[in-house]
Amino acid sequence: MTPAAPILSVRDLRVVFDLDEGQVRAVDGVSFDVQPGQIVGIVGESGCGKSVTMKALLQLVDEPGRLAGGSIAYRRANGTILDIASLDPRGREIRQIRGAEIALIPQEPMASFSPVHTVGDQIVEALQLHARQWRPDGGRLSRADARSIVVDLFRDVGISMPEQRVDAYSWQLSGGLRQRAMIAMALSCKPRLLIADEPTTAIDVTTQAQVLALLRELQRKYGTAIIFITHDLGVIAQMASEVVVMYLGRVMEQGPVDSIFHAARHPYTRALLRSMPSLRGTTRVALPTIAGSLPHPFNRPAGCPFNPRCEERAGPRCATHVPELREVVAGQAASCFLHHDAAEAS
Amino acid sequence: MTTGAAMGEARAASPALLRVRNLRKFFPISKGIFRRTVGHVRAVDDVSFDIQEGEALGLVGESGCGKTTTSRCILRAMTPTAGEMLYRTRDGRDVDLAPLSRRDLRPLRAEIQMIFQDPFGSLNPRMTLFDNVGEPLLVNGMRNRSERMDRVAELLRLVGLRAEFMHRFPHAVSGGQRQRIGIARALSTNPRLVVADEPVSALDVSVQAQVLNLLLELQQRLGLTFLFVAHDLSVVRHISDRVAVMYVGQIVELAPTSSLFARPRHPYTSALLKAVPVADPRVPTGDVLLKGEVPSPANPPSGCYFHPRCPFADERCRRETPPLRDIAPGHVVRCHHAERLELAGAA
Ligand SMILES: Nc1ncnc2c1ncn2[C@@H]1O[C@H](COP(=O)(O)OP(=O)(O)O)[C@@H](O)[C@H]1O
Ligand SMILES: Nc1ncnc2c1ncn2[C@@H]1O[C@H](COP(=O)(O)OP(=O)(O)O)[C@@H](O)[C@H]1O
Ligand code: SF4
Ligand SMILES: [Mg+2]
Ligand SMILES: [Mg+2]
Repeated sequence: MTPAAPILSVRDLRVVFDLDEGQVRAVDGVSFDVQPGQIVGIVGESGCGKSVTMKALLQLVDEPGRLAGGSIAYRRANGTILDIASLDPRGREIRQIRGAEIALIPQEPMASFSPVHTVGDQIVEALQLHARQWRPDGGRLSRADARSIVVDLFRDVGISMPEQRVDAYSWQLSGGLRQRAMIAMALSCKPRLLIADEPTTAIDVTTQAQVLALLRELQRKYGTAIIFITHDLGVIAQMASEVVVMYLGRVMEQGPVDSIFHAARHPYTRALLRSMPSLRGTTRVALPTIAGSLPHPFNRPAGCPFNPRCEERAGPRCATHVPELREVVAGQAASCFLHHDAAEAS
Repeated sequence: MTTGAAMGEARAASPALLRVRNLRKFFPISKGIFRRTVGHVRAVDDVSFDIQEGEALGLVGESGCGKTTTSRCILRAMTPTAGEMLYRTRDGRDVDLAPLSRRDLRPLRAEIQMIFQDPFGSLNPRMTLFDNVGEPLLVNGMRNRSERMDRVAELLRLVGLRAEFMHRFPHAVSGGQRQRIGIARALSTNPRLVVADEPVSALDVSVQAQVLNLLLELQQRLGLTFLFVAHDLSVVRHISDRVAVMYVGQIVELAPTSSLFARPRHPYTSALLKAVPVADPRVPTGDVLLKGEVPSPANPPSGCYFHPRCPFADERCRRETPPLRDIAPGHVVRCHHAERLELAGAA
């Protein structure tokens, strides 16, 4: 099966933070593709660079961070390909894409709504800015029309009493409702690609089930491609068709969800899966753990970033050379010398 | 009043270490400039359970269901509105913790300790880890500094840290290490009962596994009794001998871990289990069983608190509050129809 042309193709993306104490390589050569209508899950423990990667995709990296390399090829609706990495972060082109074609549900939904305007007003404003999505004739969208679209969106994302809730301030909403309002905001411009950064981490499991069902329905109904970020392997298994596993700013492994969970190739993926308590395993026994701890960002190990903690080391090369992300079986790639000899040029 | 048999009491020869009976904690809601009380948040609303010596009892439920308030009542960080908490002391006396004064509580403080979700909140950032971990020792009368040093070093080793750590400050250690410090601090007074409120919830999977292993190992080594509070069902299942499920301030089900997960008897427990995403893409995603939102404990529904969301609710459920009652040995449930329901478990 040859995949269609990807809607997004990220290659060797690098983001660094220049701090007084030194440089942090938060994203250190990340590559992955997103096919149209696909849900790509990105998983990895906190600090591995998931959020920074997503901000970079929209040129939203804050100071003292900066894009230090790589390309972000985004295929627009008309088929033209644009390298987002080369756009001016404050320019017109990225502003046309941001929020309209690619929407981000950020990790902190509290911070993304202003406390002094109602959530409804804020979404109405965004809608009017990108009216083209709703008025193909290019006309203006009236406030009343925009408001009724927002009420419908609130209903779609499962907010009860939507007519009242649009007039609420974000701090009046529960965590679950705020998260749904954030999703409604992201959907308001009918994005072609939705980036959801840990959209369910702060909410309870029964609300999470509802939000996940909503995102799946969206993907089915509108063919929206979704990049779904989480550190919850259960959520990844149930949401994604393609999975990217990150560690210390790099992609360790990438492949179809079934291969990642049933035939993982990278020692980090394997160790991560083993260390997780489940609803089925043996209880009250020691869980397999990953030795050691995450190194400090200023203290990146030489060679494979996982090598000091790896139990399956391929050999001395692991401590000196950085393995490339290479396809190891059809559709599945790993950065590991157990599977290939290709190292990054240093 | 609920009977002892209905508490899911394991048929142990020795009486329970802690017997909680009809515990209630209501917070007043006040309004206006005269702070007139206009209602109550029924944060803990008739909770009863036993904890046997040496067992780990899990307390699970969605946020706001009253887990932390229950824990804080047991620790007497707050005074319950009503109910009893009968604690069997080291010297064999039964003491009701609920009405005790500060002075009468003091000798029991060493026996009942707490581990928090964010140990940072309970550690003083301006004190070294030695002073932080050693503080409960000082409070409990260990005046000699070198004696405290030895004990802190021992405690740090016990939780898998090097003794040199005691000279560091809290901000200089990672999240996982910080949780180990929180555990060391809780263990410093040789407690018998440890209440752990979401001790691994803020940790990443790999760190979480390390801390869970540590807690299990310490429990066995030191014969600790745990009340283990968490919202993550897999974590609670992994560590607990028995599990209590809370919903809107009440325990709706309590059973040995394996029975609860294999054959839940309360519709809420079953729906909660089904909502957990299974870390296996070959397991089909279940339908969303629970719609709507958890009711507010300030204004709980009539009858069974779960009835507005329950697929099996009938007229009686809307009218009558079900009592917590026995349904199988050691298995209690708060549902009128538990006998006739065939509910799905996690397996
Ligand atoms: N504002 C910042 N200043 C300095 N370093 C940062 C900043 N934001 C992120 N980083 C660095 O980038 C790394 C990746 O962060 P992030 O993408 O937020 O991780 P994740 O989302 O996977 O938890 C962090 O480990 C941190 O070292
Ligand atoms: N000090 C307080 N004053 C008023 N309401 C409170 C207070 N503490 C907790 N509550 C309320 O009591 C209920 C139970 O809270 P809590 O015990 O923290 O639940 P959990 O730990 O299960 O998330 C919630 O509705 C919460 O808002
Ligand atoms: S008592 Fe009724 S409403 Fe409550 S859980 Fe049982 S069946 Fe559902
Ligand atoms: Mg993040
Ligand atoms: Mg709590």
